[in-house]
Amino acid sequence: MDLIKKIPAYIERIPNGGILMTGLDWVLNNAKASSMWYMLFGLACCAIELMATGASRYDFDRLGMIFRATPRQTDLMIVAGTLTLKMAPRVKLLYEQMPDPKYVIAMGGCTMHGGPFYHDSYSVLKGVDKIIPVDIHVAGCPPRPEALLNGCIALQDLIRGEKVGRKRDRPGLRHVDPSTNLPLLVRPDTGLIRPNQILMPDQLRVLS
Amino acid sequence: MKAQQFAEHLGTQYEGKDFVLDEFNRECVVIPLEVVPQCFEFLRDDYATQMDYFDFSTCVDRPPDRMDLVYSMYSTVHRHRVQFKVILDRNNACVPSIAHLWENANWNEREIYDLYGVFFPGHKDLRRLMMPEDWEGHPLRKDYAHPNLVVRPD
Repeated sequence: MDLIKKIPAYIERIPNGGILMTGLDWVLNNAKASSMWYMLFGLACCAIELMATGASRYDFDRLGMIFRATPRQTDLMIVAGTLTLKMAPRVKLLYEQMPDPKYVIAMGGCTMHGGPFYHDSYSVLKGVDKIIPVDIHVAGCPPRPEALLNGCIALQDLIRGEKVGRKRDRPGLRHVDPSTNLPLLVRPDTGLIRPNQILMPDQLRVLS
Repeated sequence: MKAQQFAEHLGTQYEGKDFVLDEFNRECVVIPLEVVPQCFEFLRDDYATQMDYFDFSTCVDRPPDRMDLVYSMYSTVHRHRVQFKVILDRNNACVPSIAHLWENANWNEREIYDLYGVFFPGHKDLRRLMMPEDWEGHPLRKDYAHPNLVVRPD
């Protein structure tokens, strides 16, 4: 009954049942946010944390997240790990094979700005958002499963705020400050998670 | 057998060639470049050595003009492991392939070609192994400079 109270809906009880009126946005966005199937795909040590998040202790399934082994059945790509220049065209191809609507979580420092490979590395792409648009950045090296779960919940909130039938303003590719070659704030509109922000335990919301 | 005995054994097989121990690694025999494919075939097939297991091969770049190719081998019969070194000219690094003797030398040689730019005549499929296919240059050479490299500040 608590869940029913949270729905922005008008409920009228009639004998043998009831009538529930609610918005199309709410229904469709909740359906979408509650079944984010992500691609079974890991690049480096962040993939170990991704596996830990998917396993029973942290349990992605309670968010409705199930891995799929093909990009054609997935809604979400979690780029987990160092993206090398050789892998980058393959990741872009995988992203383009995903059907719309599609979302991207960049997990770990490597996917934001190269992480430990930012300096003195010739073979690492310094930021996934140079090739594919990224919705959520999760900081850490690697991020703890709680941080990744928090990123997924942030993504669900982002989806719930969308309007059905209106084109989503997808995040653009990386804007780089030309003088310092460092990334500017990644999402100036919502400012969900900044690239260098480390999620502290008190910022992690309690899963209910 | 130890490396010293390997050097003596090879010296009796190849008259007039000089097999010495490496100055740093005393378990390493330096092999002249002229005898490279035949010498390794001899090491594999000879009854006294029987180096039937190829561990790995790698490369050491020593600018300005030297490049060392290192082979590590093991005999599962005699249970001895010895390393061999071939000294190359850095500006014309070229050594005959031994991928027809040990199959797993194939990818080792591709990797060395990719990262150090050593050319292996006789290799059937000498392509880049790690870097993208259209990459320019050989990154593990000491004088390699990538245009977009961000140098770590001191």
